[in-house]
Amino acid sequence: MEIRFRIHRQDPDAGTSSGWAAYTVTARPEERILDCLNRIRWEQDPTLAYRMSCAHGVCGSDAMRINGTCGLACQKLVKDYADGEVVLEPLPGFTIQKDLMVDLEPFFEKVTLVRPFLQAVTEPPEGEERTQAPEDQKTLDKVLRCVLCACCVASCPVSGKNREFLGPASLVWAFRFLFDTRDKAGPERLAQLNASGGAWECRNHFNCTRVCPKEIPVTKSINMIKREIEKHFSEGKGQERI
Amino acid sequence: MNHQFDTVIVGTGLAGLRAAMEMPPGTRVALISKVYPTRSHSGAAQGGIAAALGNEEPDSPEWHAYDTVKGGDYLTDQDAAEVLATDGPRAIIELEHLGVPFNRRADGRIAQRAFGGHTREFGKAPVRRACHAADRTGRVILDTLYMEAARRGFRIFPEFNLLDIVLRDGRVAGVVALEFATGDLHVFEARTLLLATGGFGRVYQTTSNCFANTGDGVYLAYRAGVPLQDMEFVQFHPTGIHGLGVLISEAARGEGGFLRNGSGERFMERYAPTIGDLAARDVVSRAILNEISEGRGVNGQDFVHLDLRHLGGERIAEKLSEIASFIGIYLGLDPTRDLIPVSPTCHYMMGGIPTTLDGQVQGADGTPVPGFYAVGECACISVHGANRLGCNSLLDLVVFGRRAGRKMLQDLSLLDPMAVPSGTESPVRVRMKGLCDSKGRVRTLDIRDSMQSLMNGCGHVFRSESGLARGLTRIRELCEEYGSLGVANRSLRYNHELMEAMELESLLGLSEVILFSALQRRESRGAHYREDFRQRDDTHWLKHTRVSWRAGYPETSFRPVTVTRFEPKERVY
Repeated sequence: MEIRFRIHRQDPDAGTSSGWAAYTVTARPEERILDCLNRIRWEQDPTLAYRMSCAHGVCGSDAMRINGTCGLACQKLVKDYADGEVVLEPLPGFTIQKDLMVDLEPFFEKVTLVRPFLQAVTEPPEGEERTQAPEDQKTLDKVLRCVLCACCVASCPVSGKNREFLGPASLVWAFRFLFDTRDKAGPERLAQLNASGGAWECRNHFNCTRVCPKEIPVTKSINMIKREIEKHFSEGKGQERI
Repeated sequence: MNHQFDTVIVGTGLAGLRAAMEMPPGTRVALISKVYPTRSHSGAAQGGIAAALGNEEPDSPEWHAYDTVKGGDYLTDQDAAEVLATDGPRAIIELEHLGVPFNRRADGRIAQRAFGGHTREFGKAPVRRACHAADRTGRVILDTLYMEAARRGFRIFPEFNLLDIVLRDGRVAGVVALEFATGDLHVFEARTLLLATGGFGRVYQTTSNCFANTGDGVYLAYRAGVPLQDMEFVQFHPTGIHGLGVLISEAARGEGGFLRNGSGERFMERYAPTIGDLAARDVVSRAILNEISEGRGVNGQDFVHLDLRHLGGERIAEKLSEIASFIGIYLGLDPTRDLIPVSPTCHYMMGGIPTTLDGQVQGADGTPVPGFYAVGECACISVHGANRLGCNSLLDLVVFGRRAGRKMLQDLSLLDPMAVPSGTESPVRVRMKGLCDSKGRVRTLDIRDSMQSLMNGCGHVFRSESGLARGLTRIRELCEEYGSLGVANRSLRYNHELMEAMELESLLGLSEVILFSALQRRESRGAHYREDFRQRDDTHWLKHTRVSWRAGYPETSFRPVTVTRFEPKERVY
């Protein structure tokens, strides 16, 4: 079948303003939008720029806005876009590097702000594993699927307006360590999450949850963080919530 | 631009990141990666990481070492297999301490499951040895090590493509890399260089490998005079999604799934009476293709079915959710109700840059090249021999990544600073200019498609003298055609076309070495199956193949296999 594309083009080096380019690709219904992009670049226009790597939704490289919704081009199939054209744009809210490529450095920096590594006050037993109840490990199961693609942040109306907001991805990573029973830095993590720019900035728009290519219940996870903050601070262990 | 470092690590998958962790603060370490580190292909590893923890049932490193050697059809260097198996439990505990969220047993210890070729008591029955986090084990370990690297503040150069390895007076002086964002060439001076650049499954048409897996590091080492070892041994994973090549983890069978042919028969019982669907990957891939060639594919087509229906929704959701999502997205099927069409897909390269147990790259004369190390899929220790067992690759990365890092640190104190002469990047600049100024009309796509379909034919699971010889001739023609390649995109910023054109040179060179090595080896062993020499021949071929670049052509030499405690015997599952 034939499928029509309208793709955002921008080359900061060329000094020209951004624009659109139209392409038509022949593809099988079960092929991926990424396959079509490759066909455009390999057969029609070698200057088109976008990222890709694993092509099956585990590396997080090919996040973009597809007909207005952020997603991974390797997870979207041609058959779902049969009627009409496919409009591809870079993830909103980030600096465009070229065409569909955006600078994700600020995104990664924000994720590391939540200290996404185990902070355990007790030394692990020498030569032995720490134990963890299977149901405790299971609490983390869904957030562990995060591939750091930034679709959630790009879709979040709060992240779009408030540069201080940690954003949904960082909060997913905060959840991953806050609820890991092996991590003992809970109070410090909660203080950060309770502070300005933290979990309370989330206004439950649910855009993150809707677009997450890995079906992580992002908003629900953020609300669980909020409950944990309330629990912790109402027990008089810390300062008032702001 | 010139940079001075003590150590350059190329590749930020598990091997590179684990090696970096051995570098103490104050050591100047640069991590270079052609993708953003979290996009590295280690993250696609699904099923697990093997170690004889014995959490589920009695297990021992000795059994693990035996399975590794047998899995490798006795081409495995047994001292390497012993290191892997013996150090395995420590490596898993280390990962747990770093925070890797492994699945747990009811008693809180790390859960383990069955995996292909892993057995108790030297092959008697499957053993549960694979530690895992559902079917995203590589992802969670990569995340853990990446965040650890971020915490330690290593200098990371993401989206830098390795274009040259600089050796001077027989030792490492640095590397040349292209900054993808700007098109600038960077020279990294370093006394030690670790290649952790992964595999090159992209030489084949159907592969589970990512687009980045083009083997640039392995090819550049070859061109720098390092021999490549056991390149004929290419693993085809039995269960790729048919037509797409996306991997369906062996964990699906480890959890109790099985294969069915067109008539619904569980055919693996005929090929591997003791462990059936959990036989080594080469055995299962041949069985599938044999069923197909004898007309027992599904509806006479070129695939068979993977049946997970009996596992139930809960178990699939808990242990195999990632593959269930692939099956849903790409096939529109539900593994709790539907059979899954699968066929073998190129998955892993057993061959690569020969190294010592400490990751030191062995040069043409067999002695280590000072300052040069390799680890992971790009290396050939050889711990996987003629066929790697599932879950042994992640373990390889963390066990040998650590060893290589330690050795590198140790050697740093012995190596004097080594300046890179000015103009080091000139050959690369000439190569890039040649591609951009070429009047040639041949596109990367044309040559790459021809190469990949050729390799999917003569370089696949079943091979023969005539097919390999024809394939080698054709690859050399394609190398000639490469001379007429033209790059139309003149942009400096993110020039994918230029990058892919340069990657194609690596892919073509490595294809040639694969076919050349396969043509030499006149026997069948592990993943290398010759229809004209169907038996393993220990008398003549219990040895590693080494191929070196000599004035434009590959040249063969051989190296004995290290046999310690497991005498080669017939391999039956």
